[in-house]
Amino acid sequence: MTGRASVGAAAGLVFRRDLTLAWRRWDEVAQPLIFYVVVTTLFPLATTPDLNQLRTISGGVVWVAALLASLLALEALFRSDVEDGTMEQWVMTGQPLGWLLLAKVASHWVLTGLPLVVMSPIVGTALGLPFAAWGTLMLSLLLGTATLSVLGGIGAALTVGVRRGSVLLSLLVLPLAMPLLIFGSRAVGLVMDGESPSGPLQLLAAIFFLSLSLGPVAMSAAIRISVES
Amino acid sequence: MWTWFHKFASPPHAYRLLGRLAPWLGWPALGLILLATWWGLVKAPADYQQGDAFRILYVHAPSAWMSMFIYVVMAVAAAVGLIWRIKLAHAAAAASAPIGASFTFLALATGSIWGKPMWGTWWVWDARLTSELILLFLYLGYMALRSSFDDPQRADRASAVLAIVGVINVPIIHYSVEWWTTLHQPASVTKIDKPSIHIEMLIPLFIMIVGFQLYYGWALSRRLRGEILQRERNATWLTKTA
Repeated sequence: MTGRASVGAAAGLVFRRDLTLAWRRWDEVAQPLIFYVVVTTLFPLATTPDLNQLRTISGGVVWVAALLASLLALEALFRSDVEDGTMEQWVMTGQPLGWLLLAKVASHWVLTGLPLVVMSPIVGTALGLPFAAWGTLMLSLLLGTATLSVLGGIGAALTVGVRRGSVLLSLLVLPLAMPLLIFGSRAVGLVMDGESPSGPLQLLAAIFFLSLSLGPVAMSAAIRISVES
Repeated sequence: MWTWFHKFASPPHAYRLLGRLAPWLGWPALGLILLATWWGLVKAPADYQQGDAFRILYVHAPSAWMSMFIYVVMAVAAAVGLIWRIKLAHAAAAASAPIGASFTFLALATGSIWGKPMWGTWWVWDARLTSELILLFLYLGYMALRSSFDDPQRADRASAVLAIVGVINVPIIHYSVEWWTTLHQPASVTKIDKPSIHIEMLIPLFIMIVGFQLYYGWALSRRLRGEILQRERNATWLTKTA
């Protein structure tokens, strides 16, 4: 084969293309973020406005809201590419599909996961989260949302051709994401108790690397099933 | 070496074999479950601490064990179906899921009933109960994904990927939940099933596990026959048999 781009170049092109496309429809990118803020507002309304009480659950609330917001954004991850035939072309390029999909997931994470991470201290502070826990909250969310993007990518690839796929996607991905939630909110809780959060953070990092290594294989298998038939 | 494998995997052969196998699994299962029930409820001594309440163990522990065993069987069958493209393996995975989900539900229900006299509440966020609950969610997700496809072949392959991803996650979920509860709960909660269990209590437990295994074999062969009938409803061998 002549004239074929290297894997890195192809993945880079996919990454840049998705960022460009998202930039042109930035209001869609902003929606999960608004959802994130709205959901965190619900908790004080439903429980108590007392900051001292909210503080004890603030880490968990931020984590749950981030989980739901990034799930909301995941539904459309592959849909338009499968519908307009772009995905079929990718399957047939001869490039390793896993890398292309990983690039797509990476750009998706930059657009949805990263803004969630950046906004989390503000949202957390509104719930009484102390300044000392900011770093841990952001680091845990950084690892957690990245892992969730890969896990959700598998789910999105499986449900891309399905009617009412969004509810199904949540049903498939949420149980798999529960360990992230446990470790993430636990890390924040440990810092607030004045202890070292390194244990849960290292476990989060381990799960991240596991999903990074095995995730693309599962994603490309799922996309092939969705596209071929 | 592979000829027997392909012969077994052919739907007509499997259909006949499973039909012949079913009674050899079903009757011993019934016998063993009845024997273990009598042994566990009547013959085994009462627990010095929990009295007679512990006897629900004979349903709870084997069904919890089966719920995990069947998930692994399902994932292995799904992997076999995905790698060697054997439809019968996919059918076996599909037929296993509802049985596994039922055992998971049974384990949760009996655990909850057991929790009432032991812990004083119907539900505690105990590590085993919680990971069992998440396992139920995994089963439900698998069945939901499978039922959302119209094309059975796509349903087979998509749900197979999910089952494999799930089985990698099961240990992670289990240990994360265990770790989560050990940090949250005070150690005062009574540990129920410690290995320091009387041998007279243990024998019926093993009989019950074997009985449940045979029951699973029986239910699987019945359900698998149903799956084969549904998938091969237009095949010529079936119209000839009927």
